[in-house]
Amino acid sequence: MEELSLNILDIAQNSVRANATRVDITVAELPAEDRLVITINDNGCGMTPEQVAHVEDPFYTTRTTRKVGLGVPFFKMAALMTGGDFSIQSQVGKGTRVRAVFGLTHIDRMPLGNMADTMCILMGCNEQINFSFTYQVGEAVFTVGTAQLQEILDGVPLNTPQVMDFIRGYIKENMDLLSGGAS
Amino acid sequence: MKSLAELQALRDSMKGKIGVRDDAEGNIRVVVGMATCGIAAGARPVLAAFTEEVSKRNLQNVTIAQTGCIGICQYEPVVEVYEPGKEKVTYVKMTPEMAVKVVNDHLVNGNVVTEYTIGAKTK
Repeated sequence: MEELSLNILDIAQNSVRANATRVDITVAELPAEDRLVITINDNGCGMTPEQVAHVEDPFYTTRTTRKVGLGVPFFKMAALMTGGDFSIQSQVGKGTRVRAVFGLTHIDRMPLGNMADTMCILMGCNEQINFSFTYQVGEAVFTVGTAQLQEILDGVPLNTPQVMDFIRGYIKENMDLLSGGAS
Repeated sequence: MKSLAELQALRDSMKGKIGVRDDAEGNIRVVVGMATCGIAAGARPVLAAFTEEVSKRNLQNVTIAQTGCIGICQYEPVVEVYEPGKEKVTYVKMTPEMAVKVVNDHLVNGNVVTEYTIGAKTK
C-alpha cells in the first residue's frame, strides 16, 4: 500500500465485516508534536483476547478464501517504521479500536493520499453503517458523517453515483482547505 | 467550493427518478472487490472511475457496490457485473481506463468487453 488512506480503507473493511453499525475514523495531523494519529473505532462484533493477540500476525485470518491476512500487519508496519506506535483494543460484543501513530515529518511516513476516495467508497457502499470522518490539522477540524448526509438526501441512496461524486469532491475540498492542499 | 446546499439541489434533481431504482427492470449491479488484495492491486481508483463515469453520463440504472475477497487475488482488481436475466460477467486486472471502457461498451451499449474478462485472461 503506497498511501495511508488505502490502509484506512482496508482496516475499515474489517469493521464492515464485523457488522458494525457505527464506524468513526479520525485523522489528526499534529505539527506541534510532529505526530500523525489515525484511529478507526467501531461497534462491531469485536474480538476475543486470543484473536487480538493473533491479528497482527500475517499468517492469521478469519477468512476462508485464502490463508493470509495482511491488512493489520501492513498498517502496523507503516506506523512503526516512522518511529510511531500501533495498538488494537477490542471487546467481544462491544467493538474494536485501532490506533496508529506516525512521525508526521518522518522520511518513511507514507502520504495520507486520497482520503476523499476512501471515505466516498466507505460511505457510499455501506448505507447501513453510520460512518463519521474527522480530519484535524493543528487546531482546525473538519467533520462529515453518514447521518448528516442522509438527512439532507431524504431517501436518495448514498450509493447513487452522482451522490458519491459529490461526497468525494466535498471531502477533498474541505481537507485541502485545512492542509493547504498537501496531504 | 462544494457546500451541503449543493447536495440538497442534487437530491431534488435525483428524487423521483430514484424511487424505483433498485428493483427497476434493467438495473445493473457493478461489484468491485475491496479486500486487502483488491485495494493493494488498485481497486479504489477503479471503483472511483466507475462512479465518475456513470455520474458523468448520468446513467440512472447502475448501482455500484463493493465486496470482500472473492478468492482470486492474483486477478485483482476484480469487477463483477450483474444484469437481470443474464450471466454474471467477471472482469479481471482492471484499471481506471478499462473501467471507463466497460461503462461505455458494456453498461451503455450492452457489449461485453470480452478481452477484459476472466475467460480471456486465463486462456
